[in-house]
Amino acid sequence: MLEIKSLSKVYATGTAALTDVTLTIDKPQVVAIIGPSGAGKSTLIRCINRLVEPTSGSVILNGENLTTMKSGALRKARRKIGMIFQEYNLVERLTVMENILSGRLGYVSFMQAFLRNFPGPDVAAAFKLLDRVGLEGYQDTRADSLSGGQRQRVGIARALIQNPKLLLVDEPTASLDPKTARQVMRILVELADEEQTPTLLNIHDVPLAKAFASRVIGMQDGRIVFDGAPDELTEEVLTSIYGEEDWSTEVGENDK
Amino acid sequence: MSTTPPSTKPEYKTEWDRPSLIEDPRLRKGLTFAAIAYLIWSMGSLDIDWGRVSEGLPRAGNIFSRMFPPDFDRWELLSKGIIESLEMAFAATFVGVIIAIPLGLCAAKNLVPRPVYLIARSIIVLTRTLHEVIIAIFFVKIFGFGPLAGVLTLIVASISFIGKMLAEDVENMSPGQVEAIKATGASFPKMLIYGVAPQILPRYLGVSIYRLDANIRHSTVVGIVGAGGIGQTLSATFSRYDYDFSLAILLSIIAIVFVGEFFSSWARGKLR
Repeated sequence: MLEIKSLSKVYATGTAALTDVTLTIDKPQVVAIIGPSGAGKSTLIRCINRLVEPTSGSVILNGENLTTMKSGALRKARRKIGMIFQEYNLVERLTVMENILSGRLGYVSFMQAFLRNFPGPDVAAAFKLLDRVGLEGYQDTRADSLSGGQRQRVGIARALIQNPKLLLVDEPTASLDPKTARQVMRILVELADEEQTPTLLNIHDVPLAKAFASRVIGMQDGRIVFDGAPDELTEEVLTSIYGEEDWSTEVGENDK
Repeated sequence: MSTTPPSTKPEYKTEWDRPSLIEDPRLRKGLTFAAIAYLIWSMGSLDIDWGRVSEGLPRAGNIFSRMFPPDFDRWELLSKGIIESLEMAFAATFVGVIIAIPLGLCAAKNLVPRPVYLIARSIIVLTRTLHEVIIAIFFVKIFGFGPLAGVLTLIVASISFIGKMLAEDVENMSPGQVEAIKATGASFPKMLIYGVAPQILPRYLGVSIYRLDANIRHSTVVGIVGAGGIGQTLSATFSRYDYDFSLAILLSIIAIVFVGEFFSSWARGKLR
């Protein structure tokens, strides 16, 4: 499904954010990427849909090489890749409905988009997702008057209305309180499972990653240092990813 | 409970001064001294001719006394000039507001390739360098006296002003919202209407209304160099020593600028 082959990214400042990252996802599963800040998690996710241009290596999604595509083909490929952001990145002054429907922008004409004249099935899908993420009746609310948890639900709906073949999720819960974070994660994982969408998820919170992901990848300094099941994440592994620390307080189950 | 602060250990300093803007005290005092010296020298070099001031004061009194009472008898000429000025302002704002959009977008560093940005920026810088009156003189030389030259002047000024404001707004917008729209596979034009327009539209409308207000004021000025409108009428009355009519025109200008300013701040308040 998704094949990443020796992907590297060196920023113009000379920082090597990714070094020779190789990774395969061959079944619909939620893959959590953990690692310290600056490990290259965000860069990895953005190199897949080329919001950040990788320096070398290739990304192959369902047989198509994304890294060599010209801009037109890349836009077509991006339609199939949903993305969810840490700061939600909703268009603040647009309504919830416009934000969700913006996930269909790749499929409608310019005039349809300009006049907000989306096809009936798209509008129906938006209402269904609104209901599904627990925001029924919020279609006319402006995005800037929603709470953090509500915004992220809109963000999830916007990504899923694309009918994505791959979901990229960048720190979806970092700006949320623990309870809301769990609710958002639950919705996300349930929907990804229902639609059988492979999901690549950056996350800081190790207990959340262990609770919701079926596979965990550890990154450090632009390289993959761990790839395994959540219950293989022992104290030694965490130390190899994050460095020396007393992990007994971090991996405790008492914050559920 | 005692209200004294907790005792501090003696090895910590009890005083702290805000760091100065200029670290070196000698440089700082030197610059202060130089600034004072410059102020004194410039006062001395102003070379005010008190003789001419004392001659001018009675002349001013004469002009002002001839201004009263203001002469509104030639109201037809007056209203014709005012209407022409207003027409110039509205037409120029309408055209300027539209052309400013492509120019402003092209002058935003985060949106267009660097050569396009540089060209658009230099157009804005060039037109903003020249004052309206200078542009008006050019257009009067090319197209002759009258409102056409005035309208063109105000169009040029409006485009560069609104374009600059627009470009600055686009550069300051939140990149995350644009990134999210790009990630859905939206093309550049769709990204503009979903990612960029919602972020800049309220301020763009505000700036456009402000520009209408500014154009009303400027339309009275460009007339003085012959580019039409009430300014042209005003300039004629001064050269004919028709001071009572001048005052009538000035009062009318003050009135419309006042109304324009009032409308502009009311409308911009509504937009927030």
